Amino acid sequence: MNAMLVLPIILPFAAAAASLLVKGNVWWQQTVSLLGSVLHFGACLWLFFHVCQIGVAALQVADWPAPFGITLVADHLSAILVAVTGTLSLAAMAYARAEISTDLLSAGFHPLMHILIGGVCGAFLTGDLFNLYVWFEVMLMASFGLLVMGQEKAQLDGGVKYVMINLFSTLLFISGLGLLYGMTGTLNMADLHMAVRNVPDKALLTAVAAIFMAAFGIKAGIFPLFFWLPVSYHTPPVAVSAILAGLLTKVGVYALIRMFTLVFTLNVAYTHGLLLVAAVLTMVTGVLGAAAFNEFRRILSFHIISQVGYMVLGLALLTPLALTGAVFYLLHHMIVKANLFMISGASRGAAGSFELSNLGGLYRNRGFLSFLFFVPAFSLAGFPPLSGFWAKMMLIKASLAGGFYFVAAAAAMVGLLTVYSMSKIWGEAFWKPAPEDAELRFSGRMAQEQDISREIWMLVPIAILALVTIVIGLIPAPFVKIAGEAAHELLHPQIYVKAVLGRG
Amino acid sequence: METGLAVLCGIMAAASIFLMLSGNLIRFIFGLVIATNSVNLLIFVAGRLSSTAPPIIGVHAEVARQGVANALPQALILTAIVIGFALLSFVFILFYRAYQSLGTVDSEKMRFAEPPARETNRQEPAEKAKKGGRP
Repeated sequence: MNAMLVLPIILPFAAAAASLLVKGNVWWQQTVSLLGSVLHFGACLWLFFHVCQIGVAALQVADWPAPFGITLVADHLSAILVAVTGTLSLAAMAYARAEISTDLLSAGFHPLMHILIGGVCGAFLTGDLFNLYVWFEVMLMASFGLLVMGQEKAQLDGGVKYVMINLFSTLLFISGLGLLYGMTGTLNMADLHMAVRNVPDKALLTAVAAIFMAAFGIKAGIFPLFFWLPVSYHTPPVAVSAILAGLLTKVGVYALIRMFTLVFTLNVAYTHGLLLVAAVLTMVTGVLGAAAFNEFRRILSFHIISQVGYMVLGLALLTPLALTGAVFYLLHHMIVKANLFMISGASRGAAGSFELSNLGGLYRNRGFLSFLFFVPAFSLAGFPPLSGFWAKMMLIKASLAGGFYFVAAAAAMVGLLTVYSMSKIWGEAFWKPAPEDAELRFSGRMAQEQDISREIWMLVPIAILALVTIVIGLIPAPFVKIAGEAAHELLHPQIYVKAVLGRG
Repeated sequence: METGLAVLCGIMAAASIFLMLSGNLIRFIFGLVIATNSVNLLIFVAGRLSSTAPPIIGVHAEVARQGVANALPQALILTAIVIGFALLSFVFILFYRAYQSLGTVDSEKMRFAEPPARETNRQEPAEKAKKGGRP
C-alpha cells in the first residue's frame, strides 16, 4: 500500500509527458493536462486519508534499507500539504483554461506546470536531504520557465532577480548539506535526527543550522531575505502567480519546519530564538510593504511575506498549540492566497487592470466576484468566523501562553493592518465607481473577447476554493484536530524516526 | 591536504560572493560558476580524503575491503554538477534575453518589474516611508 506514496510525484510527471506529446493540439493538451490534474488530486486525497488512518507512512524506494536508499515519508504535515497542493494545482489548471493564451500553451505551459507540481510534492514527501535538494532544483527550474514565459520586460527583470537569489539559496542549501554530511556521515533525515546527537562539536552544528536557516529562509521569504518575492510574483500570468504564491514559499516554510523540528533541535534557545525575531520582523515588514502599494498583485505579494511570518512564529515557539497553529495556518493560507491571486486575475478580466486606480465598480457590476473576494480577503485578515481567524487565534494564544506578550501584540496588530490593505482593495477595486475604461468594459461598449465559458473556467475554481475557506472557517474542529496530529508528530520526532528506520 | 582544500573553498566562495554582489549580470555568472565549484569541492572534502583506493568490491568479496575512498560524496557532486550545468545554461540564456530586451546588464538599472514612481506619485514617498519605517 505504501508504494502508492510515489503517485503524487509520478502522476504530474506522467501528465507533463502526456501533455508534451499532444503539444500540437490545444484542446487535447488542455484536456490531457486537466485529466492529469484530476488524477493527481485523487492520489493526493487518497494519501491524505491513508495517513490519517495509519499514521506516518514510509516507503523505501527499490527496497534499499533506510539510511542507504531514498526514503519517501508521509507524516500528517506532508500529507496535509500534498492534499492542498493537489487541490491548488487542479484549481490553477482549470483557471489556466480561461487565461493562458495559445502562445504560452505552445511554449510549454502545461508540462512546466506539472513538473513544478511534481517537484513540490517530491519536496514534501522525501525523507532524504539530498533528495530534497534535487526536488528544490526541479521545482526551481520549472518556476524559472513559468516566470519568464511570455517574455514581457517586467517578467524578464523579475525573473533575473528571482533566479539570482534563488540560485544563491540553493548553493547555501547544498553547502550546508555538505557540511552536515561531513559531520554526521548520513543524509537521511530520520538518521540525521539521531546522528546529530553524536557530533562532538555542537557549536559547528549550530553554524550549519544557521546556513540552513538562511537557505530555507530565502525560499520562504522571511525577514531580511524576502526581496526577490515582491519583484517577481506580480509579473507572470495569473495562473502561474497563483501557484507560485500558494506553493513555493510554503515549500521553504515546510523545509524550515522539518529541519528545525527533526534535526536542529539541540540548541533551541539560539536557533528558535533567531526564528522568533525573524518571524516578528517578517510579519511587520510584509504588512507595511503591502500598505505602500496600489497594485492588486503587489499588495498580495507583500502579504505572502507577512503571512509567512505567522507560520515561522508557530515554528519558533515550538509548543504543541503553536505548531498546530502553524500547520493550520499553512493549510488556510495556501488556499486563500492562491485564490486571491486568481481573483485579481478575474478582476483584471472584468475591469482591465491590476492597478487599483484603474479598477472600480466591480461590486456593482460583478456582485458574485465581489462576494468571492470578500471571503478569502477577510479570511486572510483574520475575521471571525473565517479560517484565518482560527489560525491567528491559535498563534496569538500560543505566544501569550509562552509569555511573549510583545509578539502577540505584533501578531494582532499585523492582522489589523492586513484589514487595512484588504479594505483598500475592497474600497478601490470593488466599491469605487468605475473609471472610464472600466465603465466602457462593463457596459459592453468595448469589444471584449470574454465569453461565457471563459468566465466559468475562471469563477468555478475561485468559488470552490472560497467554499473550502468557508468550510474550514465554520467547521474548524476536524482541521484543527489533524493539524494537532501533525504538531504532535513534529514534537515527537521518534514517531517519524520509527516509521523510517523501524526503531525509535 | 584537507586543510588546504578547505582554505581553497573559502577563497573561492569569497571571490564568488564578491563577483555576485557587483551588480553586473556577466560578473554574476562568473561568480555563480565559481560558487558552484566551491560547493562541489566542499562536499568532496566533507567526505574525507583519507584514502585513494577505488571503492570497488572485489570479484568474490561481499563487501569492499577496508579503507576505500568514500564514493557517496562523488555521487552527490556528480548530481550537483549535472543540475548546476542545466541551471547555468538556463541562466546564460535568460540573461542574454534580458540584455536584448532590457538593454542593460546592470541590475541596478533594471527597474521594469518595480518601476520607480511613475503614474502613481503616491508610490515613491510610500516606498521611502517603508524603508525608513522598518523596525
